[in-house]
Amino acid sequence: MQTTLALLSGLVFACGVFLLLRRNMVKFVFGLALISQAINMAIFTAGGLVRHKAPLIAPDQDTLALGTADPLPQAMILTAIVIGFGILAFTIVLILRTYEVFGEVDIDEVRAVDR
Amino acid sequence: MNLLAGPLIISLLSGALCLALWSMPTWQRRVGLVGSGANFIVALLLFQLVWLDGVQVLHIANWHAPFGIPLVADTLAAIMVLMTATMGLSVHFYSWFCMDKDMEKYGFHALFHFLLLGVYSSFLTGDIFNLYVSFEIMLISSFVLLALGNRRAQIEGALKYMALNLFGSFLFLGGAGILYGLVGSLNMADVAVKLSTVDNPSLTTALSLIFLIAFGLKAAVFPFFSWLPASYHTPPSAVSAIFAALLTKVGVYSLIRFFSLIFVDNQEFTHEIIASIGLLGMFFGVLGAMSKNDLRRILSFHSISQIGYMIFGFALMTPLAVAGSLFYLIHHSIVKANLFLISGTIHRIFGSYHLNRIGGLYRSHPILSLVFLLSALSLAGLPPLSGFFSKVFLVKASFVADRPGAVFVMLLVGMFTLISMTKIFDKGFWKPLASEYKPSPLDLSTKAYVGMMLPIGFLATLTLAMGLGAPYVFDVFLRAAEELIEPTQYLERVLGGAG
Repeated sequence: MQTTLALLSGLVFACGVFLLLRRNMVKFVFGLALISQAINMAIFTAGGLVRHKAPLIAPDQDTLALGTADPLPQAMILTAIVIGFGILAFTIVLILRTYEVFGEVDIDEVRAVDR
Repeated sequence: MNLLAGPLIISLLSGALCLALWSMPTWQRRVGLVGSGANFIVALLLFQLVWLDGVQVLHIANWHAPFGIPLVADTLAAIMVLMTATMGLSVHFYSWFCMDKDMEKYGFHALFHFLLLGVYSSFLTGDIFNLYVSFEIMLISSFVLLALGNRRAQIEGALKYMALNLFGSFLFLGGAGILYGLVGSLNMADVAVKLSTVDNPSLTTALSLIFLIAFGLKAAVFPFFSWLPASYHTPPSAVSAIFAALLTKVGVYSLIRFFSLIFVDNQEFTHEIIASIGLLGMFFGVLGAMSKNDLRRILSFHSISQIGYMIFGFALMTPLAVAGSLFYLIHHSIVKANLFLISGTIHRIFGSYHLNRIGGLYRSHPILSLVFLLSALSLAGLPPLSGFFSKVFLVKASFVADRPGAVFVMLLVGMFTLISMTKIFDKGFWKPLASEYKPSPLDLSTKAYVGMMLPIGFLATLTLAMGLGAPYVFDVFLRAAEELIEPTQYLERVLGGAG
């Protein structure tokens, strides 16, 4: 399972990089979204995969039992997802604005006059 | 102890208050400036506390390391916070007199404080994931500040800035995830202790290179700098100035922190890479600067070259070299921000940043010429200004480390910098304005001019003072450097129980 997820996140990352390198800025946004998902998946995998062991402390215990899932990577991923959403929203607005101003989504054509 | 949270709380509150006063730009200004002033005082107190009492730690909500997120201030962090507060106050004061009414209406003051919140938090945090969050706070505010105003060039600049910086953030996040998988902790001190027991040198080295690229992108080191000259010349000068003073420095600071505290086991490899990209950055940055004719583009390219000095000095990892590199860092923030502020004033006078369209300033604005000359010569490294001493320390450290080649590059780049600065002085200040260009000045009242000159004069005095008082100032940096190289006190205070 760990290997599959690791390979998968690598594959998604590669697709993201491929899209980032396109000249079309809309594809660039898709690339950004894919990369952020790939990274989240990588964190999830790196944090260790445990099935059916929720991180709950038993009533008569003070600490977690060994072998339970680690909740911290998931908390980090949640934060990262929220931040990623905000950034994606800003990126889309910026690209929309670029399209309104320049009438182009090709990054090579976006050149300001006053250079 | 709560002094540590001071800068964060003040920035957050001022920013939020500015948002609440959305329809009253005049009040936003007042609140904004008061916030910047308060931060300056807190930063001074914090520096004094750290200087007298050593590393300060605040375990937030009393969750002790390595479980909670601590705020840590060692000498370096205290210096950086003081620098941020000084630059924040100066640039904010400057912006009072020259900021577009439209930009103020769309939240300039709130964004400025959120940007500073991200910067303070990056300097003070002791947790890697928290550092990521701080980076994002800083980045998002800087995106908006860069695009605010909506000129075509700004949108173009914002796109390029955003693309590369976001990629850097993702790499950093991925690196943090892998690091957590490796050691099971994200508290910097805890990671530093645990990573030395991990017996997987190839993975650790690969991981350190991921962080090197991520921070390199933020700091605009040699192969990753293309976003900086593409964007820094587009926003209003006050924004350029605060970016030039702080944003790349956060990257350099994180690089220094990570490669002095966490990734120290394979120095022959990692620090050698840092040294080489530093030298390459110095050289190519200054070449780029010499080929440009727009004031702010020249200054942006010089930033790349100066960043090279800082990381090269750090890579040598001797107390003298690291102290020299920190001296350089502070000197460069002050001088570069000041040059951007001066270029903003010149823009007010002539309506242009292009060297062919400005001229005769020496005759018409002698005081502006004097402060420009002070800052420019300091950037180029002439005695007795701060730039001279920062270069002296680095040159001496390179000789001690037996690297005469690096000394040659540093002095050559210094000479090129001087040539590039004299070019500006010659075309902009001595030569009269070419008769075929009619200047299109923006409104500049005497009151606004004097108001803009105050922070500029203050920063110019600061660079002079740093140069004249170099031996005393150097002691502070030397102590910061020693703490970086031998971080025992840092580790003890963060990990050692109730703090």
